[in-house]
Amino acid sequence: MFVHEKNAVSDFIGDLTRKYGRQRSSLLPILQEIQHKYNYVSDFAQQEVARNLDIHPVEVYSVISFYAFLYDKPRGRNIVRFCKTIVCELAGARAVAEAVKRELGIGFGETTKDGKITLEYANCIGMCDKSPAMLVNERVYSGLDPEQACKIIREIK
Amino acid sequence: MTMKTELRSPVSQRPHIIPSVKDRKGIGAEVAIELNGEKLHVQMGKTILEVCRENNVHIPTLCYHEDLCIAGNCRMCVVEVEGMRTLQAACAFPITGPVKIKTFSNKVRKARKHILDLMLSEHYGECYSCVRNNNCELQSLAKEYGVDGYEFGHVCESRFEVDRSSYAVVRDMDKCILCRRCVRTCIDLQEVGVLEAIDRGYDARIGTFMDKPLADVICINCGQCINRCPTGALHANDPSDEIWKAIEDPSKHVVIQTAPSPRAAIGEEFGLPPGRSMTGQLNTAIRRIGFDRVFDTNFSADLTIMEEGTELLNRLRKAIVEKDESVSLPQFTSCSPGWVKFIEHFYPEHLSYLSTAKSPQQMFGAVIKTFYANEQGIDPKDIVTVAVMPCSAKKFECNRPEMNSSGYKDVDYGLTTRELAKMIREAGLVLPDLPKSNFDEPFGEASGAGLIFGATGGVMEAALRTVYELVTGRPVPFEGLNINPCRGMEGIKEASVKLENCTDQFSFLEGVELKFLVAHGTANAKTVMEMFNRGELAGYHFIEIMGCPGGCIGGGGQPIPTSEEIRKLRAKAIYEEEASLPVRKSHENPRIKYIYEKFLSDGPCGKLSHKLLHTHYVKRGKFIT
Repeated sequence: MFVHEKNAVSDFIGDLTRKYGRQRSSLLPILQEIQHKYNYVSDFAQQEVARNLDIHPVEVYSVISFYAFLYDKPRGRNIVRFCKTIVCELAGARAVAEAVKRELGIGFGETTKDGKITLEYANCIGMCDKSPAMLVNERVYSGLDPEQACKIIREIK
Repeated sequence: MTMKTELRSPVSQRPHIIPSVKDRKGIGAEVAIELNGEKLHVQMGKTILEVCRENNVHIPTLCYHEDLCIAGNCRMCVVEVEGMRTLQAACAFPITGPVKIKTFSNKVRKARKHILDLMLSEHYGECYSCVRNNNCELQSLAKEYGVDGYEFGHVCESRFEVDRSSYAVVRDMDKCILCRRCVRTCIDLQEVGVLEAIDRGYDARIGTFMDKPLADVICINCGQCINRCPTGALHANDPSDEIWKAIEDPSKHVVIQTAPSPRAAIGEEFGLPPGRSMTGQLNTAIRRIGFDRVFDTNFSADLTIMEEGTELLNRLRKAIVEKDESVSLPQFTSCSPGWVKFIEHFYPEHLSYLSTAKSPQQMFGAVIKTFYANEQGIDPKDIVTVAVMPCSAKKFECNRPEMNSSGYKDVDYGLTTRELAKMIREAGLVLPDLPKSNFDEPFGEASGAGLIFGATGGVMEAALRTVYELVTGRPVPFEGLNINPCRGMEGIKEASVKLENCTDQFSFLEGVELKFLVAHGTANAKTVMEMFNRGELAGYHFIEIMGCPGGCIGGGGQPIPTSEEIRKLRAKAIYEEEASLPVRKSHENPRIKYIYEKFLSDGPCGKLSHKLLHTHYVKRGKFIT
């Protein structure tokens, strides 16, 4: 990381701390905003957050590792989360998953080379009645078939 | 000075304290409960566990520890409370009404057995190859509850690599049962914050920042987590194999120094109750093992007092006579390597306030490889110095690259109390049965001032005895030289002494009230440093800080278990032994006089002692790369 990048991260976290306050409960909203802007929370950013909130860096890391929507390693700008639970599986999620994999040319847990899309599995996203389902960033797509899924993926590609 | 509730700990982890009602006869002060069918009157707000312990009802615990806040996550202490749908954790259930409790019903016994079986299902490793064999809380619970098979299976392959990166602490996460005692120790008790629970569910583990090796994060090596780990997941880095090798090598002259705290505690490793000093027996055991010489670290503790005391007087002279405003006052002690690394990491801007004197361990190493080697005609490269310390941070300290002022590594190995006990057992010796013997010359005599270094406040007491007498020519004005404000287990203690009728050399100190502060445990050290940053310590002159709760007697290398009661008993043993010694002031120790005459002839803080007995510190900072 270059110095000017570090300074930008520090300033950003400083602003967030002023916005949310220095109490421990501000940790999650701050991390969410960092995740939103940088697609991950770097170890430098984690230590900056810890310094600003006067907590230990390992506590920040603990929180990030606990929540599936926070990452400590770089992820793509768009994240496709595919439901891996049994209801979607019974509704034919496997075929859809294969189609999505082929469309993107990557496997689950991987990121495309251009850094645009990360594909991963998620646990139940609560769309069992309209399965199979997937999340693209914050948006839910349900009742998928392979063709539809590929179309959605192509739109964000 | 600070209460546990003021700690910056997560709300969920704060200790549960309901203010106890002072007038026990007042309304609501007492509750009538039924414990296993027996009717009792108990104070409101006490937990079920406390009530059971008071009434001799045994409840198994695992994540509960006297020194730490309540977590309630292991569920070993579950009991049946009438009217409650589920079993309740006794450690985390405050009694607020007339409850009926069953502590060993069928439901409770079955639940506890299942909990144990679940823990064992992920506990990799065999008891007979574990450092904590026969002193393991999980093992004794398994015995207590008659676990006879792995009902939920058992891991048969290792899931984690053993982290041996640190000089002091080895982490073997395969044996971890996730009780989080180490987490609470590191964050709440010591406020260092190295360990936390990482990930969730089946993947949950105790880890460091970004899962880095322990040597790369800001661990101060205090080893308090080792003392509180119920299993063998955390243990000290054991150099005893290399020491055995040196002993068996005829070309090596192996010299050992023993610190006062291991001597007050090592009996516990051999089944004795806490608080029995084993100094004489330990000397015999060490000789029988085959060490060539056994010396008393108290001698170099006296040396530390001479150097540190002189340094303080020099700083005071500069501040008062020369009106030098750049002088760093108050002066902080530097005997505790845990505290030294703590200040290097967390307050690197204040390192100039730290005394430059080395710790007694390192001073002795330097003296042995120069003065002693010369006097005995031994090539220092053939001398192996071992230090028996109550401390895991001493292992790190002796490996600091700057600790080589004798031209060689000043101290080759730091050995903890537990590891020396292991060596004694390996040699087939039963320590309590051995005859007593004395230390070897030329460092055979030490003062009581050096001895009390082991307990919190000891360095301060020893320094005051010497400084006061140097300045005024009279002994310190406390009855029997016992400076009681320095003693005891209070987190931060303060006291002062007025200097009057000073000798001509120190007339500039006439009428000065010497103010000092004593703190132990790095959480208290942090409080002191925050006070310092706010400018509240302006009038203070000397501050003693020990990295571990209770001082060295509660160190990370001491026998397991530990609690405040045990630490108090160890401190008592030290103070009792001290009171019976003929020489109780560092400057009156004849060996100290001798070494300043023969070797360090330009006096304390002179040129030679600066080279050998003083050191410098590294600005480490908090950033983890």
